[in-house]
Amino acid sequence: MKKLVLFIPLVIFLGMGVFLYKGLFLNPQKLDSALEGKPIPAFQLERLETPNEMITNEQLKGKVALLNVWATWCPSCKYEHPFLVMLKRQNILPIYGINYRDERIPALEELRRQGDPYNINIYDKDGRLGLDLGVYGAPESFIVDHNGIIRYRYAGPIDQRVWSETLYPMIQQLQAEAAKDGAA
Amino acid sequence: MRTLTKIIGGLVLLLSMVTTVMATPVDTYEFKSPENQKRALELAHSLRCPQCQNQNLIDSNSPVASDLRLEVFKMVDEGKGDDEIIEFMTSRYGEFVLYKPKMETKTYILWLGPVGLLLLGLIVGFIFIRKQRITGAAGLEISAEDQKALDALLKRDSK
Repeated sequence: MKKLVLFIPLVIFLGMGVFLYKGLFLNPQKLDSALEGKPIPAFQLERLETPNEMITNEQLKGKVALLNVWATWCPSCKYEHPFLVMLKRQNILPIYGINYRDERIPALEELRRQGDPYNINIYDKDGRLGLDLGVYGAPESFIVDHNGIIRYRYAGPIDQRVWSETLYPMIQQLQAEAAKDGAA
Repeated sequence: MRTLTKIIGGLVLLLSMVTTVMATPVDTYEFKSPENQKRALELAHSLRCPQCQNQNLIDSNSPVASDLRLEVFKMVDEGKGDDEIIEFMTSRYGEFVLYKPKMETKTYILWLGPVGLLLLGLIVGFIFIRKQRITGAAGLEISAEDQKALDALLKRDSK
């Protein structure tokens, strides 16, 4: 029994070692979103294409959707863009764009040239909606369920791997939930 | 002696200059009152920029930091309390923005861990020292045979 007591420091040391070792592999860039489980923040902003048309958070409800924050000044958004255009063609879910701290003319020009993946494009010129969404860079994407609740946030460009490993399984699950709600 | 005091005086002056230079508000925001300015700067100093890992809102040049900084300044001028402003920040960017995490079940180990370890060390040390003292005070016990052998050796040496 007394001998066992001598091992306590070793056990504590090993415990701390494992804890700190695991810490080495955490990605400090990846922040948990504080918004998961909360509704889309209330907003009223112009539509990118038509300045006199206002979009509100209510219009994004009803379907499982992808909210994508993008801008022309953001290189990773350019990388992500073709994949989003392809997604749009597959018509799996509505994609709502948030044009974040950008200029309207170059943004529209970009969409005309590279293809427009967005069902609705919201013009967030001063970044207020971005701020309320806790956006700290672009691109960032949010998966929203049919009740308009943010269920997942992904920071960084979406590519095939992220899509098939993380986002699509989650979307399928949420769409199943939505279908069940619709049936009930 | 006089030169020494002069040197020390000079150093003190230099140091005081350094500390005044360190306050560097980047923006040209006009506060309603100097008290507001002081409180807003302190608050912004205590909040971490979400984009840049380890800079506070004042030190960072990133666009997010300057946005959030302005937001903090505005809220202070609107008369909002520190708690309210911190709530605004954490509800959007999470606990990450706080340099000083909140005291809650999730962070107990963070706050109490060091104190716990120190206490544990003190207790272990205390027990260890006490044990040593007890065995030390009891002295060495020699069996009768050993004592005989020792006496014999001592006798042989003294011859």
